[in-house]
Amino acid sequence: MKFLRDNAQTLLLLACVGGAALAPLGAWMAFVYAPEEAVMGAPQRIFYFHVPVATFCYVGFFITFAGSIGYLWTKDMAWDRWAVAGAEVGVMLASLMMLTGMLWARPIWGAWWTWDPRLTTSLVLWLIFVGYLILRSQVDDETTRAKFAAVMGIVGYADVPLVHYSVKLWSRGIHPPKPELHPDMKTALLFGFAAVACMFAVTLILRVRLGFAAAALARLKGAGRH
Amino acid sequence: MSFLDGVLLVMRKDLAMELRAKEIFTTTAMFSLLVVVIFNFAFDMTGIDVKAVAAGVLWVAFIFSGAVAMNRGFMREQEEGCLSALLLAPIDRSAIYFGKMLSGLLVMLATMALVTPIFMVLYNVNVMEHYLWQTLTFFLGAVGFMAVGTLISAMSVNLRAREMMGPLLLLPVVAPVIIAAVKMSGGLVRGEDLASLMVWIKILASFDVIYLVVAWLVFEHIVEE
Repeated sequence: MKFLRDNAQTLLLLACVGGAALAPLGAWMAFVYAPEEAVMGAPQRIFYFHVPVATFCYVGFFITFAGSIGYLWTKDMAWDRWAVAGAEVGVMLASLMMLTGMLWARPIWGAWWTWDPRLTTSLVLWLIFVGYLILRSQVDDETTRAKFAAVMGIVGYADVPLVHYSVKLWSRGIHPPKPELHPDMKTALLFGFAAVACMFAVTLILRVRLGFAAAALARLKGAGRH
Repeated sequence: MSFLDGVLLVMRKDLAMELRAKEIFTTTAMFSLLVVVIFNFAFDMTGIDVKAVAAGVLWVAFIFSGAVAMNRGFMREQEEGCLSALLLAPIDRSAIYFGKMLSGLLVMLATMALVTPIFMVLYNVNVMEHYLWQTLTFFLGAVGFMAVGTLISAMSVNLRAREMMGPLLLLPVVAPVIIAAVKMSGGLVRGEDLASLMVWIKILASFDVIYLVVAWLVFEHIVEE
């Protein structure tokens, strides 16, 4: 936590520069550099964005979980700011994951959506963490909000393995498993991961800073009133 | 006073109130009955194999009625400022959680016991053929539902949109319970192989254990001043 606080500015700058360089490069790799997939053709190229986004949405939810435990343990508001940032960025990435998945699924599966285990799991987690964000918006007092949100963050994240396992048994999957990739495809995916990682870091750090700034503003307003 | 004494006292207090007012039980029972009736209008049952949908209808009735009633237990405490008094009691904070959870569970089980036979008559289907396993499924499903529901309702009664927020937070979390309970009950109704159904009982039991432990660990943070 201390390392992050002292070096937030540097990390943010690094992620911004990295993102600015990697996003166009990653897009070029996905659309031009990577070879055309033999069966699916062009729609497969969304894979270089879809997979990194899916991975980092889980990183976001994990940060919410860790932040929630950290808050209940220490009662330090910094943990709560990380928790809400993780959830907001996680929900954004989960939405992107499902949207890009749908764009791919329509031409490949012939349907925008199927109740495949992975899709269903994503949707349930999205519902849980959107609920988490709505819960936060319903509480005015900062300490109560942090406490309730932390409980919900833990309750929600504890559900991940249960949802995953039950849904996997519930319906037979058609989502492609981990594919065998051409070396150039692997390179493109790697750049996709690097670009999305930068995007993730930028949005996360900005959101955490926004949390601190909003709290500072609320304090100043409160002080001005007396 | 031991932990168990505290749990039982809180439960007895809630049940005594419930037995006199019968406020929660009448609403949950009526609500489940309405769901059962509405399902009959929503889907034309004449062309459908009732055994294929019976467990689904029954569990939707249980879960929606539970979601409607889930906040009442804690709202009653708040209205008269009783929660503060309850927190002053010389018992462990989590004893309040387990007492509330048990009283809610008993009301939910009573609702199930009333609605299931009515459902069987109205839909002309026997869901209790394997009554021991079916009862176990009902029990484990209700425990999972109340384990999370009691925890969430302790928070949601403090929110602005308190009637809405409970179900909104609870229903996605209990998705594994809904899936496993419907699969298990449905499998029993259709007479599927018991050995292949056991995995759903395991999921229900794991859900119950995980959330009872989580709730036990975090509940005191919700009610502390």
